[in-house]
Amino acid sequence: MLYREAGDFKTSYTSDNQTFPIRFDRYGYFFVLGVAFLIMPLILNDYWTNALVVPFLIYTIAALGLNILIGYCGQLSLGTGGFMAVGAYASYKLMTGFPDLNIIFVILLSGFITAGVGVLFGLPSLRIKGFYLAVATLAAQFFLIWLFTRTPWFFNYSPTGMISAPTRTVFGVPVTGASASAVSMYMICLVFLVALAWLARNLTRGTLGRQWMAIRDMDIAAEIIGVNPLWSKLTAFAVSSFYIGIAGALLFTVYLGAAEAGEAFGIDKSFLVLFMVIIGGLGSIFGAFAGAFFLIAGPVLLKIMLVDNLGWATDLAAHIEIMIIGALIIITLILEPHGIAALWRTIKEKLRLWPFPY
Amino acid sequence: MSDTLLFALEAAANGLTAGVMYALVALGFVLIFKASGIFNFSQGVMALFAALTLVGLQSGQIPFSHLINAIFGTRLHYFGWSLPTLVAIAGTVLVMVAFAWLVERYIFRHLVNQEPIILFMATIGLAYFLEGFGDLMWGAEVKRLDVGIPQGMSLAVDEATFNWFGYGFYMDTLELWAALIAAILVAGLVIFSQYTKQGRALRAVADDHQAALSVGISLRFIWVMVWTLAGIVALVAGMMWGAKSGVQFSLSLIALKALPVLILGGFTSIPGAIVGGLIIGVGEKLFDFFMGPLIGGATENWFAYMLALVFLLFRPQGLFGEKIIERV
Repeated sequence: MLYREAGDFKTSYTSDNQTFPIRFDRYGYFFVLGVAFLIMPLILNDYWTNALVVPFLIYTIAALGLNILIGYCGQLSLGTGGFMAVGAYASYKLMTGFPDLNIIFVILLSGFITAGVGVLFGLPSLRIKGFYLAVATLAAQFFLIWLFTRTPWFFNYSPTGMISAPTRTVFGVPVTGASASAVSMYMICLVFLVALAWLARNLTRGTLGRQWMAIRDMDIAAEIIGVNPLWSKLTAFAVSSFYIGIAGALLFTVYLGAAEAGEAFGIDKSFLVLFMVIIGGLGSIFGAFAGAFFLIAGPVLLKIMLVDNLGWATDLAAHIEIMIIGALIIITLILEPHGIAALWRTIKEKLRLWPFPY
Repeated sequence: MSDTLLFALEAAANGLTAGVMYALVALGFVLIFKASGIFNFSQGVMALFAALTLVGLQSGQIPFSHLINAIFGTRLHYFGWSLPTLVAIAGTVLVMVAFAWLVERYIFRHLVNQEPIILFMATIGLAYFLEGFGDLMWGAEVKRLDVGIPQGMSLAVDEATFNWFGYGFYMDTLELWAALIAAILVAGLVIFSQYTKQGRALRAVADDHQAALSVGISLRFIWVMVWTLAGIVALVAGMMWGAKSGVQFSLSLIALKALPVLILGGFTSIPGAIVGGLIIGVGEKLFDFFMGPLIGGATENWFAYMLALVFLLFRPQGLFGEKIIERV
């Protein structure tokens, strides 16, 4: 039962091609799923759900989306915050416009709307590359936020300019609004995350994912061997924005409950998700999980340590926190430019050979 | 002349001076990108840090006083002296030199030969670190910066334009000074890079790293020098923006404003940074003047990026950038 292929005989192509070819990995995966679905709901309390678990689940979805765009297709984007805002405002308009629509469909539709907007802002990527593209996506970020704060239609002419999520239920259990319990919030985010991670994993190892990676590695060469850059770049933008839109919709409806575009979806959100992708590892599904966990849990732990235990002022702790995040990014890049996922891969390689590495 | 045209002219003139400020920040980007191929995202935070250090030295703040107070329970804040502006500026320049050396020694020396995107990420990390460090060192409250440049409406401009057009333009004296100082700075940089030995070495490195190495130019020295120069440019930018709107966190956001400037002008061109800054400055003021009232105002937030985006579609390498040639 150690981590190795030996003794695990495959008798069909399907079993040879499965996502986790090693038995240990496979059981580990089922174990994690079992814990997440069956045990976590029993032990979660309100504080940890709100401070750590739900943001972790939501940001993992966003990181998965951005990882598809940057890590798999090689298109640098700084517009994540703006696209999350699109998801949030789309879900708000759908929830208030069609009160009978189930929240699951609302969130999925918000994802599709964001995908459309993402394709629109992805169009320049056909002509612009690298840093130039990053700046072009900043245009999306600032323009979208401006649009949502200045056009009253988007926030239903509310005098504060805020949008707030009404209560919606799934199978009779409220998941949004003030009456939603911690467990129901956790479950809806978890279901979305598992479904989307499964989708991402299978997309990236199929035809589409290989086309993306060909474009990432060298777009001209990819074009010569018959990959259509228009199709693959735009699908990458669409899929990535779909994920990010769903993350934005979940963040607003389930987690925040009330939001204001400039504050909740500013440029700092774009950078936060970008850091998750980089620290976790570019081009890795596991990396999105690791990066999101690292950047959500890190500040929470630091805050507990500095503010609650040592009794320092919150602003002082906040300064130290961003210092440490900055330093960690630099250290990660120096030690392991390919992120936590690469570290994990090395560990697995070592495990496979253990205890006789020669 | 009609009133609208006059108002538009006034907006354009103000845009020109604002553009100079953008160009100042963009200049720091271009210097580092040319010499080391690093897209230095931390330029804006460097401006903030330089301005914070300047204010701190000038008013005799004790560095890390908040941290010391939190650990030891003391109540330290000020040394109780105040330095003359020039001494404080010299001190800040020294700090920026030390910063340049540290950055080269502890970050970019370890990241040689990495992909540009990794280097870019490292500078984002550096920006975060420096932001936290600056706040920790000098405190995060909004500070007033007074370097002895007069502020407020420029009477000379008001009078001159009144005599010409019968309507006095409103322009800030500080921004006129900033334009002048920026001009001097650019002239100084050009002279430095054209006529001194180090400047020549700098241009050689910008041209071709390996060739420069093989004729015996120390890459490390050049990198430290270039980061120092960028630090000094950041100090000037921080001084001007700080004097205008106070030294505070939002100062670091001017880096984001400098990005479209860079795109317009091209990443590798110093004149491009200046021209790009002026185009953006005038463009966003005029757009806000004509279109702002129609579509809800505050278009300055995004106009520069949209302009850059549209511009890129037609000329992907910027106005003065080198033509991008791709080989398979």
